[in-house]
Amino acid sequence: MLNFSGIHKEFDKEILSNINLKVREGEFLSILGPSGSGKSTLLRLASKILNPSKGKVEYKQGKNPLIGFVFQEPTLMPWRNVLSNVLLPLELKEGINKSNIDIANEWLTKVGLAGKENSFPNELSGGQKMRVSIARALVQGCDLLLLDEPFAALDEITRSKLENDLLSIWEKEKFTVLFVTHSVSEAVYLSERIIVLSSNPGQIIYEKNIDYDGSRKEFQGSNHYHEINNHIFRKLEEGMKND
Amino acid sequence: MTRLTNFLSPFIALLVIFCIWEYLVYILSVPLYILPAPSNIFLSLNANFYELILATLNTLKITFLAFLIATFIAIFLAILFSLSKILEKSLYPITVIFQVTPVVAIAPLILIWVGLDNAQTAILILSVIVAFFPVLANTNLGFRSVDQNLKELFIINKASKWETLTKLSLPFATPFILTGMKTSIGLALIGAVVAEFVAGTGTSTGLSWIIIESGNRLDISKLFSALILLVFLGVFLFLLMSALEYNVLKRWHQSAKDN
Repeated sequence: MLNFSGIHKEFDKEILSNINLKVREGEFLSILGPSGSGKSTLLRLASKILNPSKGKVEYKQGKNPLIGFVFQEPTLMPWRNVLSNVLLPLELKEGINKSNIDIANEWLTKVGLAGKENSFPNELSGGQKMRVSIARALVQGCDLLLLDEPFAALDEITRSKLENDLLSIWEKEKFTVLFVTHSVSEAVYLSERIIVLSSNPGQIIYEKNIDYDGSRKEFQGSNHYHEINNHIFRKLEEGMKND
Repeated sequence: MTRLTNFLSPFIALLVIFCIWEYLVYILSVPLYILPAPSNIFLSLNANFYELILATLNTLKITFLAFLIATFIAIFLAILFSLSKILEKSLYPITVIFQVTPVVAIAPLILIWVGLDNAQTAILILSVIVAFFPVLANTNLGFRSVDQNLKELFIINKASKWETLTKLSLPFATPFILTGMKTSIGLALIGAVVAEFVAGTGTSTGLSWIIIESGNRLDISKLFSALILLVFLGVFLFLLMSALEYNVLKRWHQSAKDN
């Protein structure tokens, strides 16, 4: 789906160094790392908002995938109502028509916001705003969903609900997910694979496939889950020793 | 305070001031050519009603026209600046020169260029020069303040420059533009009045010319009448812009909610 080959990225100093990563089609990959490890930069390289200083970011068969981006903040346009916010990617691609409005409404229903079409962002809670942001990212049937710590500012209950809703949408739609987070437990619960970045500069220091039997909920209550959490936590600590 | 109290309190304060003024003029026997009492001003306003209303409408017309032209030029320039950094670096300092140069200093030049018999055009141009900068500066600031993540969202969705301008930059800058317009409409009025003072000739028909003429004839009651109409005009324009700002922003911007 997406290949990072020998990626280096410098701004005033080197942010990312020698990143080699193959993201498989339909996989849920989480990127963990301390602040300043270049996690968000990696997402921006994946979306080609930024170009690498060295190396290549390549999509499968050279085709540009449809990309959805969910930022840390909901980043909604306050002057547009919920429906218009969700409609934006379709509007930019094809203009506004009945079919696009129907698609946007369907996505609002999928993220649990049916009936909120005409509300404005300032009339929504933090969790609802993030749901609008997710619906906007997915409305055009995206191939690659990039999420930059989307649930960091939410309370535990809302966060857990949104994690499960995201999972159920991903399980149905099977797009590829690159998920940046600070939370080890969130990454272990959601992902099929996790990479850990070190800081100054960001390098991949650890990679782990998350395998388990049974349902995700059972996995979350198992010793295996806690062992993986502890193991990845230690790797994260090792990555921060450079600080 | 209730809404009614909020609304009435400035009128009550004015009424009290007028009463004290009337009383002081009466007991101190101040001559009419120095300070007329409010009742004299009211009588003068009544006697010269049509002349004063025509002058007010003329000043209002020039102010509005200058304000609209200034707003259009300013937003157009800000859009150009947002599209081209070279244009911004080249032209922005020139616009600052217009802003910092007193209108009275360039009025004679403008009057010569447009012709002495075209005083109204000279007044219009001078008023535009005074009024356009706040809109330009605020629109420019609005464009620069656009949320970086939203810009990235538009890049990811392959929006054209035109789409980014119309669907992102202009709506994002709207509160900034409206703040600039609120300042600008007041300045357009000040510009129209000051320009008429400097560039006005016998063909002028605005409130300033009535003030000049009444001053020369020591008809201070008429002068005050014109002055009061000018104040009302200023307040009316400010309220008009405030209402526009409120109605545009009321559903989505915190500033309108706070008001």
